[in-house]
Amino acid sequence: MKFSDFVSVEAIRPSVSADSKEGVIREMTQSLVDAEKIATSEMDSIVKAIMKREDLGSTGIGRGVAVPHTKHPSVSRLVGTVAISERGVDFESLDGEPVQLFFLLVSPPDRPGDHLRALENISRQLRDDAFCKMLKEAGGPQEVWRLLEDADAQSIAS
Amino acid sequence: MTTERAENPIDETHSREVVVANEQGLHARPADLVAREAQRWESRIEFIGKAQRVDGKSILDLLTLAAEEGTHLVIEATGPDACEALDAIGNLFDKKFASNDSNVMTHSEKTQQEKHGSGTSARINTVACEGVADGNTNS
Repeated sequence: MKFSDFVSVEAIRPSVSADSKEGVIREMTQSLVDAEKIATSEMDSIVKAIMKREDLGSTGIGRGVAVPHTKHPSVSRLVGTVAISERGVDFESLDGEPVQLFFLLVSPPDRPGDHLRALENISRQLRDDAFCKMLKEAGGPQEVWRLLEDADAQSIAS
Repeated sequence: MTTERAENPIDETHSREVVVANEQGLHARPADLVAREAQRWESRIEFIGKAQRVDGKSILDLLTLAAEEGTHLVIEATGPDACEALDAIGNLFDKKFASNDSNVMTHSEKTQQEKHGSGTSARINTVACEGVADGNTNS
């Protein structure tokens, strides 16, 4: 699964202002509402579900990356977005490092395979330090999108 | 008859097969569990799935397996505590990462039938753990 299959370009936030875990999750969920990927009425329920998942163990998977996510019945396909924090946010990550790159995923409850393939793609790409660095330094949503598209193109080629 | 023997017993590689038995597959939480368990051991731990070999101590690596329910994976451990590591990690899979339901899948049913003629060994370095059914890759 490619980034372009689940990342909404309109929802990309290259510089989040929130400085807490819940703040970032809220800001990213709001960006999906703004991009009309999820319904306004579902926002609180989705934020709550994502926070509940974080309670089970942080999705800060190390290397300054977090993948907050939840299943939610209000979506019929996997939707996601990307956010970047310049300063980094304490996400109770597995390696204790602050998180700068966030990939938020909301998936339909009956599609565990799609969720796995999105995680696969994210983790595969993020093993590349240069890619992480470029994302963190990206200036605007279009630049982030271009980096994601480049990564997609490369993963097809390889 | 020559016995195949690693020069340094510390470097013996052991392997076993596991099956991802939980409905959601090897997603972030189980991958985290597995990587943490793998990190507890000195041995090098590798997972072999769909034509790729990844570091079992890295959650990012494990996630790239995108292992759905029913996926068979081979775990290879190389080092002084390889057998114990395989046991502990295999146990997580057997218990379906201790997720919601307690339906335990027995790993031994799977591996016991995979007994092979022992004349030539395809995996030169793989030796059996005592009391543990070693999984042979055979796809």
